[in-house]
Amino acid sequence: MTHAEASAAPPILEVRDIGKTYGSILALQGVSASVGIGEVLCVLGDNGAGKSTFIKILSGAHAHTQGKLLAYGVERTFGSPREALDLGIATVYQDLAVVPLMPVWRNFFLGSELTRGFGPFSQLDVKGMRRITKEELAKMGIDLRDVDQPIGTLSGGERQSVAIARAVYFGAKVVILDEPTSALGVKQAGVVLKYIAQARDRGLGVVFITHNPHHAYPVGDRFLLLKRGTSLGDFKKSEISIEEMTKLMAGGAELDALAHELARA
Amino acid sequence: MTLTAPAVTDERIKPAGLVIKLLRRPEVGAAVAALAIFTFFSVATQAFLTPAGVATWLYSASLFGIMAVAVALLMIGGEFDLSAGAMVGTTGLIVGIVTTEWGVNIWLALVIALAIALAIGAANAFVVMKTGLPSFIVTLATFFILQGVNLAVTKIITGTVSIQGMSAVPGFDAVKVFFGSSFNLLGMNVKVSIIWWIAITALATWILLRTRSGNWIFAVGGQITSSRQVGVPVMKVKMGLFMTTAGAGWLVGMLQLFDVSTVQATTGIGQEFIYIICAVVGGCLLTGGYGSAIGAAVGALIYGMTLQGIVFAQWDNNWLKAFLGGMLLLAVLVNLYVRRQAGVRS
Repeated sequence: MTHAEASAAPPILEVRDIGKTYGSILALQGVSASVGIGEVLCVLGDNGAGKSTFIKILSGAHAHTQGKLLAYGVERTFGSPREALDLGIATVYQDLAVVPLMPVWRNFFLGSELTRGFGPFSQLDVKGMRRITKEELAKMGIDLRDVDQPIGTLSGGERQSVAIARAVYFGAKVVILDEPTSALGVKQAGVVLKYIAQARDRGLGVVFITHNPHHAYPVGDRFLLLKRGTSLGDFKKSEISIEEMTKLMAGGAELDALAHELARA
Repeated sequence: MTLTAPAVTDERIKPAGLVIKLLRRPEVGAAVAALAIFTFFSVATQAFLTPAGVATWLYSASLFGIMAVAVALLMIGGEFDLSAGAMVGTTGLIVGIVTTEWGVNIWLALVIALAIALAIGAANAFVVMKTGLPSFIVTLATFFILQGVNLAVTKIITGTVSIQGMSAVPGFDAVKVFFGSSFNLLGMNVKVSIIWWIAITALATWILLRTRSGNWIFAVGGQITSSRQVGVPVMKVKMGLFMTTAGAGWLVGMLQLFDVSTVQATTGIGQEFIYIICAVVGGCLLTGGYGSAIGAAVGALIYGMTLQGIVFAQWDNNWLKAFLGGMLLLAVLVNLYVRRQAGVRS
């Protein structure tokens, strides 16, 4: 997928002036952003900036109360995660939805197992599932020793990647990653960033939520900066530098004031 | 990607993979113990290895084995059922009372007892799932209720604490073919319960390892929130497991009733922990998500062999309990070691 093609198609997912209120609390308002084919949208913000609310709207866990949400150019309001999933919008949560003691291939297909035969005699297509798991992981650049090992024995980065590969195999067009690197060390975080790039190169849209500009900047195409429930802007990579981004996130003036305060007299 | 030819074996898998692979199987520890106990009693006693001796301990193991396999499935699914032992008594008493006291058709009586057992199993599951209380507490309550009801109701209706005159009930012999008969094999008087035991172990193993339901049983026991997120019908799976355990209680109740033609109101009391011990000795984790049906069957075999072996050796019967406790402790330690060897991190 080339970038020329990508820009011609309508964005897979787009929000315009979107907002969400919980009773009298304004959790999010006036946020606009989009993610297209083969594009990585990074959503950055400090704690309490509205990142979780933003994911919940995109993934269908909560319906938005203001603005518009468009999938493939068509306006939608998601009533459940299932509706989002049916449109190919998959969310990989921080806990990854895996069962540590079960083999990798059983985890890969959990809830959507392949079976052969009919009625009470239908049984798992073990060979097929093992093979597909191995193939799909290989496509993500993960060369697994043994798909029969418990998924709990994989490293944090590998587990994250299995979860992404699973979402892709089951028809995801956009993958929403909820802070995939926050619990990981530098090296493991690098592994996950590589898989995000891999997913992008395979033509997927990626929404990458993080509070770390150093993770976001190398892999992102667009950056949505959130602060206290509002948007600080939606930038292309060419429009913003990592320093500016860090400054905006922390609230430039506040950071300057803090630096002044902390400086030795 | 490098330019070297793809290796057939992966250098990152240790050459000693076979040992680790064997150790990863939950039932291996129990199989080794079973072999040791079999050898010990075969050498130490005269009667153990005779056809009559073998038939005796196999029968003993079969009754515990059927329950242990069902309890193992439930434990893999992350739950306990302490009412499983009392259920054996309850179902036997129901059939006994409605046939001998009220003259209900014996086949209908079987169905009534099964329906009540399944309803109690479903009720256990419903309370556990709706309240989020530990099944240990919920089924402990069920256990005491059943224990009390078994005694009190039997006394009210029959005036005694056991069922008499079962063999005079019309159709008893026809039903006995399924639950209380035996046949000759290599000089052994093989009771039909052994066939049930083997069939149920095979069926449970197939379900666990080769069906979607089996995958879901491991999943709900291993990580319930993840299972929900990927769309596993958690409520249905747990409901099925509790009902299976109750159904197994019914089967064992029938196997005992039609074998000896009578049932005591105290039947099954105190056995619930033995089922759990057999399952744990067979490799089930108390925390759920891991275990094996074959392992539980082997655990029951160990119990059956020891129970009868001690009799054959003419030792004091009380040693059985001490032995059982020792086995349990050993099994838990072996499980811990095996899990670490298999490299399960969390």
